[in-house]
Amino acid sequence: MAWKTVKWPIYHILVAALALLMLYPVFWMLFSSFKESRTIFVTASSLFPTEWIWQNYVTGWKGTTGYNFGTYILNSLTIVVISTIGAVLSSSLIAFGFARLKFKGRNLWFALMMVTLMLPGDVVLVPQYIIFTKLGWINTILPLVVPSFFGMPFFIFLMVQFIRTIPGELDEAATIDGCGKFRLYFRIILPLLKSSLATAAIFSFYWKWEDLLGPVLYLNSPEKYTVSIALKMFLDSESASNWGGMFAMSILSLLPVIAVFFAFQKQIVEGMSTSGLKG
Amino acid sequence: MSLRNHQSLKANMTGYAFISPFIVGFLAFTLIPMFISLYLSFTTYNLFTPPKWIGLGNFEKMFTGDPKYWNSIRVTFTYVLVGVPLRLIFALFVAMILNTKSRMVGTYRTMYYLPSIIGGSVAVSIMWRNIFSNNGIVNSLLSTLGATPVKWFGDPDASLTMLITLSVWQFGSSMLIFLAGLKNIPVELYEASSVDGAKPVRKFFSITLPLLSPIILFNLIMQTISAFMTFVPAYVISKGEGGPMDGTMLHSLYLFRQAFMFSNMGYAAAMAWVMLIMIGILTAILFITSRYWVFYETEKGC
Repeated sequence: MAWKTVKWPIYHILVAALALLMLYPVFWMLFSSFKESRTIFVTASSLFPTEWIWQNYVTGWKGTTGYNFGTYILNSLTIVVISTIGAVLSSSLIAFGFARLKFKGRNLWFALMMVTLMLPGDVVLVPQYIIFTKLGWINTILPLVVPSFFGMPFFIFLMVQFIRTIPGELDEAATIDGCGKFRLYFRIILPLLKSSLATAAIFSFYWKWEDLLGPVLYLNSPEKYTVSIALKMFLDSESASNWGGMFAMSILSLLPVIAVFFAFQKQIVEGMSTSGLKG
Repeated sequence: MSLRNHQSLKANMTGYAFISPFIVGFLAFTLIPMFISLYLSFTTYNLFTPPKWIGLGNFEKMFTGDPKYWNSIRVTFTYVLVGVPLRLIFALFVAMILNTKSRMVGTYRTMYYLPSIIGGSVAVSIMWRNIFSNNGIVNSLLSTLGATPVKWFGDPDASLTMLITLSVWQFGSSMLIFLAGLKNIPVELYEASSVDGAKPVRKFFSITLPLLSPIILFNLIMQTISAFMTFVPAYVISKGEGGPMDGTMLHSLYLFRQAFMFSNMGYAAAMAWVMLIMIGILTAILFITSRYWVFYETEKGC
């Protein structure tokens, strides 16, 4: 009997404690961003700063390459917005084709798409770089956004699965009413696809916002740098012991990511449990 | 042309019109690059002078004349073979403790998943670097516990351990997939085995694990492939050098350095193909052996 009454409190204490342990590094980074640079490591074991230094956000904002974080955020956003629009639109179009249209070779192309989904990116890294170099796309955002317009296999797969749950009678009714295939896609399926489109948009945002390899390869003048490269530059500049500024900007770079996570957590968590790609 | 043929031609054309972005993208960004990469793997190429055919030279060098390559293979396999199982065991453990009927579960799920959602960012790698620095939090914790602090950046094994802990910390996505799987196991099975007097450990091995095995396979394959491709944390934590003493020189990082720091495009292409074949073999082994340990409910026959 006694065990029954204490079981739940003990469960919650242990689970919450483990959760806090998991989140501790994030809190540590958050509070370190308010510590004075010199004291961050001396006081590494105490979570809270003795004195709250907002100045870190001012010095960090200035960056290390002569441009401030406003520029980098704008650059990152440009890439994220363009490629997300491209990825969501093209993937939904392609998914509609796979899920709703009958044509010769459909299964073959679908299989190829699934293989692409599992193909390690390293195999095409070098030739893609060479192709983009030959095209003269180096130091432009084109290599970072253009491929998105040709559909992302993961999103296509996600949307195909979703479209298959939409009853086919809708298509028939629309066809009888004289609706062509494109109108059917645009007017009937696309609006119903909203939750899948949102899931794809969220993941596209995450991948593009966090991407480091792409920007490192293709962008080489500081005014075009993204937030990811700018953060990495903090580590490279040996002279700067501007730890506080670095942590401040790290936190800043995570804010949109965390904000999107909390705004759409249900969608993200469910999108995750049914597909399982990220992380 | 008969009407029927005309209609099927039209249907085919419509179908291809819709998937044409994928076809173009597949050819331009996957298939043609793969052929280029295969060709380059038999050449030396520095981007500025035309590729020079050297036959199997790159592969020969890789296997016999480049200890750094072998080291990167060793480091990568250690990272994958230690990191992935640890991550999945931890993910399953957390999924099991969260598989209860409690109003707080949603909040806990969110808390445990958060590290994974921010995990790919440079910010987190920078943070990890600092948590493990000589006078960072991990070392002060170790000294509080009476252990000797570790020089995480002085010892190649220690720095690899640090990378592995980062990957285990991002167990959230596997955890969510396990959680979805656990919810699908009928409660009646556990109840029936309780009546038969089964203890929790017995239930775990006789009910939970077998019924979860298809999901374990899925997680294992997805996580293995992505672990082989890990780049950002190794790149950021070692400042792009793969140090100390190549202790964090993961394959992707070594490939990146060969291609873009030393302009050995052909060598990097050859590396990528060997890695692709190794991942293919490993995935095939997982699929083949899965016949003996993955349990599909439809085969139950009762």
